[in-house]
Amino acid sequence: MRLAKVIGTLVATIKDPELQGAKLLVIQPLDGQHRPSGKPMVSIDAVGAGVGELVFWCRGKESSFPFSPREVPTDCTITGIVDRVNVEYDIGSRNR
Amino acid sequence: MILARVIGNVIATQKEKGLVGSKIMLVQPVGLEGEQQGSSFLALDALDAGVGDLVVVVQEGWSASTAATSVEGRAIDAAIVAVVDTIDLD
Repeated sequence: MRLAKVIGTLVATIKDPELQGAKLLVIQPLDGQHRPSGKPMVSIDAVGAGVGELVFWCRGKESSFPFSPREVPTDCTITGIVDRVNVEYDIGSRNR
Repeated sequence: MILARVIGNVIATQKEKGLVGSKIMLVQPVGLEGEQQGSSFLALDALDAGVGDLVVVVQEGWSASTAATSVEGRAIDAAIVAVVDTIDLD
């Protein structure tokens, strides 16, 4: 899973029938230091995330599992809303 | 699988049901000399790996899900599957 910030919502009335009822959110993937990294993506929300929230998302076939047995065509699903990220190890200073 | 250093963890009370009860660790991919390689990401941990541990992470969902939660078909795409003791290179 990777961190991302929810930056917007997306509405599409014409879409795959299995996407009916799915909440589409625009997310900006973040790197380890919470800086934007990579292109914004369209994700499906599975946990009630809102715009502005720090979330993490799952990629690939597994991202359709929260909706099983329905076969939802997604490769990017928000699977958690982050309360806190604890970084307790500075990798820069220690090499081994 | 890849080598990574556990550098922290993530607290998320609101999460997909398949993740409830599992620890979500922040891992930084590293090379054989421990140097950073790429961006950190989140991996589920079922081995009680501690911060600072050198670990092996699987990034394929089905194995990650079964390894981390012993249930396949969970929305997980990365899991810590081993804590490294030593690496011997010829």
